[in-house]
Amino acid sequence: MAKRTLYDKIWDNHLIHSDNETSLIYIDRHLVHEVTSPQAFEGLRDAGRKVYAPHKTIAVPDHNVATTSDRLTNFGSEEGKIQLETLDKNAKEFGLNYYPVGDIRQGIVHIIGPEQGWTLPGMTIVCGDSHTATHGAFGALAHGIGTSEVEHVLATQTLIQQKSKNMKVEVTGALGLGVTAKDITLSIIGKTGTAGGTGHVIEYCGNAITDLSMEGRMTVCNMAIEGGARAGLIAPDEKTIEYVKGRPHSPEGEDWEKALKLWKTLYSDQGAFFDKELFLKAEDIAPVVTWGTSPEDVLSITDRVPDPNNFQGRKISAAKRSIEYMGLNPGDRLQDISIDAVFIGSCTNGRIEDLREVEKIVRGKRVKEGVRAMVVPGSGLVKKQAEEEGISATLIEAGFDWRMPGCSMCLAMNPDQLMPGERCAATSNRNFEGRQGRGGRTHLMSPAMAAAAAITGYLTDVRDL
Amino acid sequence: MDKFVKFSGIAAPMPLINIDTDMLIPKQFLKTIKRTGLGENLFFEMRYDSNGSLIKDFILNKDHYSSASIIVAGDNFGCGSSREHAPWALKDFGIKCIISTSFADIFFNNCFKNGILPIILSDDDREVLMEDANIVENSHMTIDLDNQKIIRKEGDSIDFDVDEFKKYCLLNGLDDIGLTLKNSQKIAEFEKKYSEQFSWA
Ligand code: SF4
Repeated sequence: MAKRTLYDKIWDNHLIHSDNETSLIYIDRHLVHEVTSPQAFEGLRDAGRKVYAPHKTIAVPDHNVATTSDRLTNFGSEEGKIQLETLDKNAKEFGLNYYPVGDIRQGIVHIIGPEQGWTLPGMTIVCGDSHTATHGAFGALAHGIGTSEVEHVLATQTLIQQKSKNMKVEVTGALGLGVTAKDITLSIIGKTGTAGGTGHVIEYCGNAITDLSMEGRMTVCNMAIEGGARAGLIAPDEKTIEYVKGRPHSPEGEDWEKALKLWKTLYSDQGAFFDKELFLKAEDIAPVVTWGTSPEDVLSITDRVPDPNNFQGRKISAAKRSIEYMGLNPGDRLQDISIDAVFIGSCTNGRIEDLREVEKIVRGKRVKEGVRAMVVPGSGLVKKQAEEEGISATLIEAGFDWRMPGCSMCLAMNPDQLMPGERCAATSNRNFEGRQGRGGRTHLMSPAMAAAAAITGYLTDVRDL
Repeated sequence: MDKFVKFSGIAAPMPLINIDTDMLIPKQFLKTIKRTGLGENLFFEMRYDSNGSLIKDFILNKDHYSSASIIVAGDNFGCGSSREHAPWALKDFGIKCIISTSFADIFFNNCFKNGILPIILSDDDREVLMEDANIVENSHMTIDLDNQKIIRKEGDSIDFDVDEFKKYCLLNGLDDIGLTLKNSQKIAEFEKKYSEQFSWA
C-alpha cells in the first residue's frame, strides 16, 4: 500500500466521495460560537432546514462575552447582547450541546473542546474560527471555516473540500531555559512567513514537539494558521491518550478499546511524502517577541528593531509601515521598549499550564507601577483550577487583574481594549493593526515573557529574571 | 446566490502585502447578525480617521476609485481570521473580483461562497494589472470568467486558472448545500459504514 501521512489517513477515513479536485468529507465535531454563526442559523431557518447532527454540534459564547463578574447582566454593548441572545436561542431551538455564560464549563471554544473530551484523535473538527487548528494537537484534522460553510456543516454534517498538500515541520533537540511552546511556534512562523504554509496541512514532529505537554502542543498547533496552513497536526501518543481518558465526552468501555485501536494507526508512515519540509533545532530557538504587525515579524528578545531597508522586495514598505504603526525606531534594543499593558490569555495561552508559568515568574514580585496587567483564564474550569492551586491569589497579590473566561483582549470585541498608542505584551496570536483596539500596539510572546514584562514594565528577557 | 456574469469595472490598486481580515473589517462590526450593510465599514481604519471623516488619500476614497469593483492586491490577501464578514463587506461595497498572487485559504473559499471571484496570477501578470490600475485611464478592466480572461483597456488579455467546480458554481449561482443534499444517499451510505468503525465518534 502507498505510504501515507497522518493527514492522508484522517482524510481517507472521512472521505465520502470526490469529483476531480473537489471532495466531500464527513465532519465529526462542529464547534459553534456567537460571532460567526447567526447568519448560518438564519440561512438554515429560511430554507426550512434542520441541524443534521445536533449531538455532534457544540455551542459556546466566547468572543463577545464580558470578563467582569457582573457579565450575566452587563454585556458591554447592545449589539453584543443581541449576538449572545441569538446564540442562546439557536442552541436551544436546535438542541445543541450548549455551555452558556454562567456555566462553569463555558470558555474559549478551542479550550473547552479538548477539556470536555469533544476533541479526540483521528476526528475531523471544524468551527467558524481560524484557530480551530488548535485541536490538531490531538491528531485531529481541525480547521476554520467561514459562515457559509458553517451553514453547510449544520445542514449536512459534511464539508466540500480540496485536499491540501502535506508539510512537515520537525523540531529536534532540547529547549533552552525559558524557551516554551510559544517560542517554537512563533519561530517557525518567523522562518516560513505568514504565507509559508498556504495550501498545506502542517504536521509537527520531532522530540522537541513530542516532549511538550498537551497544552504546549495546542499552543504550537494553534498558530499553524498564522503560518498560512489550513491545519496543524501532531500524531497522538501516550500523552494524548492520557489526556483524553475519562473526559466527559470521551468514549468508554468497548468504544474506548475500539478507539484506541484506531488511534494507534494515526502516524505518518516511514517514508511518506511531504511536499514541503522544514527542520529546526530546539537549541537555536530563543525566547522571542514580535516587533511588527504581522506574526512573521519575530525576533529574539536580545535583538534590535530591524531596519526596513534590510528586507527584500515588498516587505520593505510593509516593514516601514509596521515600524511606524508600532511607534519604534530601527536599531532600538527590543529590551528598551516600555509597555503599558499586559494581556495573558486566549486560545493560544489561556490554559492551566500557561497560568502556572506566569505564577512562577511573578511569585513574590509586583506588577510595575502604571502597567495594566490582565489575566483571562481560557475557561471556567481553568479559572477554578487556578484558584484552587492558589495561582489566582499570587497573581492578584502581585497586582494582576483576574478576569472571567473568554476571548477578551485577544480580539477586543468586548470592552477589554487597548487605547490608541497603548503598547501591550500579549500571549495571544495576532498583532495586526488595531487587533487589540484601534491604534493599539501588540507584541506577541510566551506567558513567561509576558509575565516578565509585567514586572519590569519593559519587553524583558525572562532568562534574566 | 446571483450568477457571476462577465463584467467591466474600475480596478483599484492596493499593493500592500498581507492585507488581513482585521483591516478588511475590524471586529467592532462583527457584532451584526446580518450579512448586509457592512460595505460602509470596509477597510474602516484606513478609510476613516478617528473623527469618522474620510481619509482623502486612501485609494477607495478617491473620486475615481470609490466605485471600484475590482481590487488588484499585494501578496497573501485576506490572511487572518475566518470571518465571512470580510467578503460580505467587499461584496456590499461592490467588489466582485480580487486579483493577487496569493490568498489566505479560508478567505479564498469564503469569496466563492459569496459570488466574489479571487484570481491568482503570476507576479509579472499581477504587476501589469497593478500598473494599469494605478493609471486612471487604464484602470478599467473586464473580467470574463467563462473564458477565464482579464481583458485590459487596450484589448489584450491575461488568462487565469480557476477550479472547475468553483467556476461552475459561480457561473450558475449555485448554492453548495443544495448540491450536497443531492448526494444525501451517498452520505447515508457512508455514515452507515462509518458508524460501525467509529461508533465512539
Ligand atoms: S482567543 Fe482569540 S484567537 Fe482564540 S478564538 Fe478567541 S478571538 Fe479567536
